Amino acid sequence: MSAEIAPRPVRTVPCFTSGVFALLAVVAVGGIFAAWRLISGLSAVTNLSDQYPWGLWIAVDVATGVALAAGGFTTGALAYVFGGERYRAVVRSALLTAMLGYTFVAVGLLVDLGRPYAIWHPMIYWQGNSVLFEVGICVMSYLAVLYLEFLPIVVERYKDGVALPRPFTALGRPIHSALTLTGRVMDRALPFLILAGVVLSCLHQSSLGTLMLIAPTKMHALWFTPISPLLFLMSAIAVGYPMVIVESMIASRSLKLEPEMDVLGPLARFIPVFLGLYLAMKVGDMSIRGTWRHLVGGSPVAPWFAAEMIGGVATPLFMLLFRRVRRSPPLLFAAALMVVLGVALNRLNVFLVAYSPPFAAKAYFPSPGEIAVTAALISTLVLAYRFTVMNFPVIAGRSRAS
Amino acid sequence: MNISRRRFLTVAAAAGGSIVAAPSRALSGARPPAREYGCLVDLALCDGCRKCELACNQANALPPPDRPFDDLSVVERPRRPTDRALTIVNKVAVAGREKPVYVKVQCMHCNDPACVSACIVGALTKEPNGAVVYDKSRCLGCRYCMVACPFQVPAYEYRDPLTPRVTKCNFCFERVSKEGGVPACAKMCPKEAIEFGPRADVLSLARERISNPGTRHRKHGPHVPAIYGEHEVGGTAWMYISPVPFAQLGFLALPAEAPPRLTEAIQHGIFNGFIFPAAAYSLLGLVMYMFRDRSDRKENGGGKGSGSR
Repeated sequence: MSAEIAPRPVRTVPCFTSGVFALLAVVAVGGIFAAWRLISGLSAVTNLSDQYPWGLWIAVDVATGVALAAGGFTTGALAYVFGGERYRAVVRSALLTAMLGYTFVAVGLLVDLGRPYAIWHPMIYWQGNSVLFEVGICVMSYLAVLYLEFLPIVVERYKDGVALPRPFTALGRPIHSALTLTGRVMDRALPFLILAGVVLSCLHQSSLGTLMLIAPTKMHALWFTPISPLLFLMSAIAVGYPMVIVESMIASRSLKLEPEMDVLGPLARFIPVFLGLYLAMKVGDMSIRGTWRHLVGGSPVAPWFAAEMIGGVATPLFMLLFRRVRRSPPLLFAAALMVVLGVALNRLNVFLVAYSPPFAAKAYFPSPGEIAVTAALISTLVLAYRFTVMNFPVIAGRSRAS
Repeated sequence: MNISRRRFLTVAAAAGGSIVAAPSRALSGARPPAREYGCLVDLALCDGCRKCELACNQANALPPPDRPFDDLSVVERPRRPTDRALTIVNKVAVAGREKPVYVKVQCMHCNDPACVSACIVGALTKEPNGAVVYDKSRCLGCRYCMVACPFQVPAYEYRDPLTPRVTKCNFCFERVSKEGGVPACAKMCPKEAIEFGPRADVLSLARERISNPGTRHRKHGPHVPAIYGEHEVGGTAWMYISPVPFAQLGFLALPAEAPPRLTEAIQHGIFNGFIFPAAAYSLLGLVMYMFRDRSDRKENGGGKGSGSR
């Protein structure tokens, strides 16, 4: 126990670096397009049409965003449900990634929705037949769970007293007692929240896979399968730890900390198991229904499928079987990144590549505005992560200098 | 494809822990009501005059068209319904046939509409009289209905920054709700190519015209023995009969199963009585308790040994 380093705010790097300024520039450009969308409408900024009502924002900001935020629930389940205490070192950063990931799913939706001010309507207008309703309610609930799970970290940060400036000094004591009380309540509530997070995640991760099943005649057979919800759930579980590894290693490098290899290496042992299960389901489904036939004969979408399955599943699965890969930071990072990109490509394939409306005038390709807004959302997420770990006890890293 | 898909659903059910239950139609409200209306478009009669487009434009107070309704050259280029035109007529040249065929396109008003099943807030509803109608006050603009529609009919007001609507034919819901009311396009049609009435009656009329064409229809040649919309995606309120096979006119070949049957089976299978989520929660709780027990004992035994490899 004493060997463990407690998480604490990272103070090893300056607040503003050239990288931060670069990200801020990306945010500014995307912000201009987002504002323009609110002033002039979706048609001014996007290539969305009556043929292609869903584009990059739904495929990346929402579908991929939710999938890549799966590290929160998979790590939480491992560390707190299945007794993997040693993985608690990365639970907080995984939780933060999930919390920010889901927050930006909601922000991305606000840009995409025609009437963003009505985003709360599913809370009062229930429509139990709608798969999207299930996704919406689960994502809203899970977002609340994630913020509650993060609360103890805020309490820990301020539990030793809040030094308020002169006229507010008297408020210090009541705030302190409120924080102490919150901390005590959260200690009791946390196990229930963690369980709720796992169940809610399983439900909406799978339901995202049911979404496109409502359009059987518009979907390419390579991605249309009744087990799509199962495949979405399995791939979300499979991408959870790779995302934690990628995120943790990028953060370590950027914040000048030692990579947490003694946690990440063992964590990577689970990845081939999940990827293997996913691959088996996919291969089984394709051979039973005979959809592998669409891979031969030069179908234009076959390369997309091949890239997703070979680059994103088979190759990293093979690599991570070797201890040498799991122990080498660059190889581990490469393998984990391949899984992350593979699942991202899968979501892109299901929501964009596989979707072909019967009366399409021309194929959809995202507009510069759509790309700029997506880039801005990702950059804001990175900046929010950086700000949070520099001000709250999230990462338990050793400085690389020491 | 249909059979293999359904067969695979059983496999999926087994793999997913028998989560796929029977579709619950009672919940969906999508069952065709007893007295629902229908329309029959007889493509043998339509001569592409665009009067139905004009009537629709007036009835729905739509903006003026790009080119006036008496400009018949518009039908030369294939069009789709848009946010400014809820119905349109396309001219289709058919090989080996002297006269072209004119095809009117509008919302089909499915018996079991995918858009209604998809809508996250129930802004789209299948009314007892057969109309699929849209309530903009509920809509949040997610456009999932447009993804879902097998006929690719709903359009969107992408140019409107803050209050865009999903637009589609609403079967002149207000009009047909009144006694003796007829959809504007059906009333206006000078060729009587659009017959309106209870769906069952309209279906009988279609069968009769196919089996026993009157003299007026005979000069256009007999109808092919098919009623488009009788079975497609679970049946539609709007149906077509045609002198040439539908495939040659660009009509989509669609399965008889309505798309919501698959998605709702999965959805309600998982959420039926909340058994599956509750069971998952309890099971995980049990696992958590077991491991907590073990780690406590380890701690009592001296040191958790965490961080060791």
